[in-house]
Amino acid sequence: LVLLQNAGHKGSYGYHKLKEREPRACIRFKCALTNTILDILRRRPGWVEVKEEGEWDFYWCDISWLRENFDHTYMDEHVRICHFRNHYELTRKNYIVKNLKRFRKQIEREAGKLEATKCDFFPKTFEMPSEYHLFVEEFRKNPGITWIMKPVARSQGRGIFLFRKLKDVIDWRKVKHVLSLLTPPNFFFFFWEDDQKDETQVENYVAQCYIENPYLIGGRKFDLRVYVLVMSYIPLKAWLYRDGFARFSNTRFTLSSIDDHYVHLTNVAVQKTAPDYDPEKGCKWMIQRFRQYLTAKHGAEAVETLFAEMDNIFIKSLQSVQKVIISDKHCFELYGYDILIDQDLKPWLLEVNASPSLTASSQEDYELKCRLLKDTLHIVDMEGRLTGKEKRIGGFDLMWSDGPVSRAEGNVDTPVNGSFMANTHLGYNNDRKKQLKQLFRPLHTQQKV
Amino acid sequence: MMLEEDTGLSLAIAQIVQRLKGSSLHSQLERQARGSLHKPEIKLESLKEDIKEFLKTSGWEKRLQNAVYSELNVFPSPCHPAAPPEHIKEPLVYMRKAQGSWEKRILKSLNSMCTELSIPLARKRPIGEQKELLNKWNEMGTDEPDLTLFRPVYAPKDFLEVLMNLRNPNYENGDQPSFRNHLGLIQVPLKVKDIPELKDYFSELGLNTGQLGIDDSTQVPPELFENEHVRVGQTVLTEQDSAAAQQYVRQGCPTALRAELWALILNISNQPEDILYYEQLKSNVIQHDLLVDSLIYKDVKLTASNDDYYFVFEDYLYQVLLCFSRDTSVLEHFSYNSATPPKSYIRGKLGMEEYAVFYPPNGVIPFHGFSMYVAPLCFLYHEPSKLYQIFREMYVRFFFRLHSISSHPSGIVSLCLLFETLLQTHLPQLFYHLREIGAQPLRISFKWMVRAFSGYLATDQLLLLWDRILGYNSLEILAVLAAAVFAFRAVNLMEVTSLAAAEAVLADLSTLKVMPLLQIFLFATVS
Repeated sequence: LVLLQNAGHKGSYGYHKLKEREPRACIRFKCALTNTILDILRRRPGWVEVKEEGEWDFYWCDISWLRENFDHTYMDEHVRICHFRNHYELTRKNYIVKNLKRFRKQIEREAGKLEATKCDFFPKTFEMPSEYHLFVEEFRKNPGITWIMKPVARSQGRGIFLFRKLKDVIDWRKVKHVLSLLTPPNFFFFFWEDDQKDETQVENYVAQCYIENPYLIGGRKFDLRVYVLVMSYIPLKAWLYRDGFARFSNTRFTLSSIDDHYVHLTNVAVQKTAPDYDPEKGCKWMIQRFRQYLTAKHGAEAVETLFAEMDNIFIKSLQSVQKVIISDKHCFELYGYDILIDQDLKPWLLEVNASPSLTASSQEDYELKCRLLKDTLHIVDMEGRLTGKEKRIGGFDLMWSDGPVSRAEGNVDTPVNGSFMANTHLGYNNDRKKQLKQLFRPLHTQQKV
Repeated sequence: MMLEEDTGLSLAIAQIVQRLKGSSLHSQLERQARGSLHKPEIKLESLKEDIKEFLKTSGWEKRLQNAVYSELNVFPSPCHPAAPPEHIKEPLVYMRKAQGSWEKRILKSLNSMCTELSIPLARKRPIGEQKELLNKWNEMGTDEPDLTLFRPVYAPKDFLEVLMNLRNPNYENGDQPSFRNHLGLIQVPLKVKDIPELKDYFSELGLNTGQLGIDDSTQVPPELFENEHVRVGQTVLTEQDSAAAQQYVRQGCPTALRAELWALILNISNQPEDILYYEQLKSNVIQHDLLVDSLIYKDVKLTASNDDYYFVFEDYLYQVLLCFSRDTSVLEHFSYNSATPPKSYIRGKLGMEEYAVFYPPNGVIPFHGFSMYVAPLCFLYHEPSKLYQIFREMYVRFFFRLHSISSHPSGIVSLCLLFETLLQTHLPQLFYHLREIGAQPLRISFKWMVRAFSGYLATDQLLLLWDRILGYNSLEILAVLAAAVFAFRAVNLMEVTSLAAAEAVLADLSTLKVMPLLQIFLFATVS
């Protein structure tokens, strides 16, 4: 519940300037999407939707708006927007590779080789065509490895294919021609769409080592979707959501034999979530169920190690872009991390999405996304209810606040004695309602006085 | 008195010895004993004692104990040395008769489907088909055979109709139904436990005893119960003691230990000969196609494949159920199951016993929802032969009682009566209200109990429930839980005015926490 105070404000840029953390009369929002987030914003007490040209305090924008407008939009101190200007340093495959490689070198210099191996969670990736020669070297060193070509920008799911023969990578036009000749049922294939008319957009791709021994459940391959909320990069403040899910492929996993002369295509792309709609109902497990399954199979210790390694992925990936991302205080971002587990229970980072799909594929999925977004808005705290020292808000646990956050009792500033246990609870029970009630109650009664 | 007890005991011992004599455990013990003769500690003068001591220290005595314990759990104690075999199956004549006519109906349905579709009950697969099936063995779910013409042989609600019409011809309970009589659908006078007896029977579920499913929740510090409970569980596993395990799981199994604990209780050890047996069943599947296979396919596609959590295990379900149909060792359980395996005759030799075979070979005809007995086990066991054995043992100990007509306290008839009695006694207003609006509670809860709640509860909750089934070696907890669910949603149910609305209130059980519900219903409700 929002405390109503200082009602009324003037229009255009001359509106009543309130101090940043003061509770506002009403919060004017704009939303570029028409799915779950719009429902949540509309239902939030004290939040009012503004039309086209109206002034706003909060904007759930899309990336294209950001690209075109961010640089020349004046935002008051209290205003919040849901993307960082250059988030693509983290989310575009060629950039994250570059940033991680550089970060790894830095760690090796500062802390040694062993510590640097903690960055080895990204499958070997080479940008095309700039790293073509490096890729060729790697390819020759390890014959027989399957490589996957991925478009750099949007993971629309198109244009992803696997190959083993080097010559397939050289001439895109030739490859496209070959693809057009292939007929089912021998291969699944896709024509990739070039957003641009130019046919030789080779810089749009990366070649990535394909993980051939994924962990299978029921003979099926899956990946994990985990949500991380970053409130600032400098200092780095990141929250991890307890809920998430495992997305299963419809087909049984086999590395079908690759014909020597043709590129091998799979329908890997079909399983990738398109930004807007996931039609595969029933192909998801909530991550709690996944965690229980693994615990039953491998025991609690192995599972805790796995989840600790995932924490490491989140933190290291964010640290690797900390110095390059423009940490504008108006910005926050909710990332969708895609993680693949291999048969040795090692997690791999597949990609980071700055606009994870907020369209629900089922009732359960809808409820998850509602919880996620409500709690995101609680943390953004336009209502000014929080002290800033909280370690848990709803289903979010504070994972990093300019340093690791401990699970021990007390708030962020409380010193920790004894052994350190990370304040992450991915796959744990999400009893957020109770926690939120406790969290907001004292503030509410306090402000009434 | 003493004499009768003694005869009963010696009879039981004799029977157990008889059954264990042919088992692989027996030959293993012999082999071990023979092998021990080379050991220095075995002396000729004290041969018998030394071998016994050796078997004790090497853990073989424990294994024998577990086997005996298993036999005691599964096979009913002989009532009287002269009791005929039908009595062991089912002592009450009218129940046997009802089961017999029900079976005739099922068979008729199966035979007519057979004739309609002109499909033989069994046929040998041509070599090409055999090869194909072998290749596809790990992904049979990708097959999309045309199953539109097949229909399940029966559904739980058909079975409920039969149970509703059960009457004891020797029992006359007066003409007008009144509050003194039973207002439910089941009208046979079986003895069921009341709440004081249930409190005693399920004493380990009491408020003062730690439980997994309650005392391991995030708010409770693990030092209070959980840590110690896990330690005890690990000790039980190290000791490999079946009886201790059965007692232990009454308070729930820690997730990481559950698979092993259940295997210990069910006495499944996955020896090489067990794996070989499973492979043999698999080759039977490859070589012969049975009509029931299509029924199994259809059931899996209709139920487990549609389930949000079990769809992943579709292939395992085929691998288990197709083998299960061909497993003739399952026939043994018919000695204490009121059901009788259907017989089929080689073409042209109808009625000639020499040409009779049981059909399907294991004598169990699957019905709609059958595959849900297997699905939750896929969460725990990933090796096909072990998964198979666990399921088979669960079936011949527990699940068969949920779809055969008998007077056994864990039989579905008793469970229904227990459910209705609990509800009528402790929530009479609700019961009466539901009855008035044409929503007899059993009509809703029947399907839960027949499936042992599989597919209705969240998986982790279901496994906590099945922990207690194993712990108490009884299915009565299903009836208690069903009543507890109604009690929990009583307020909403009092508002409804139709069966459909009542179904809607009880449609989604996936958020329920079973242990608190059971505890409140048994131990914290003022009656």
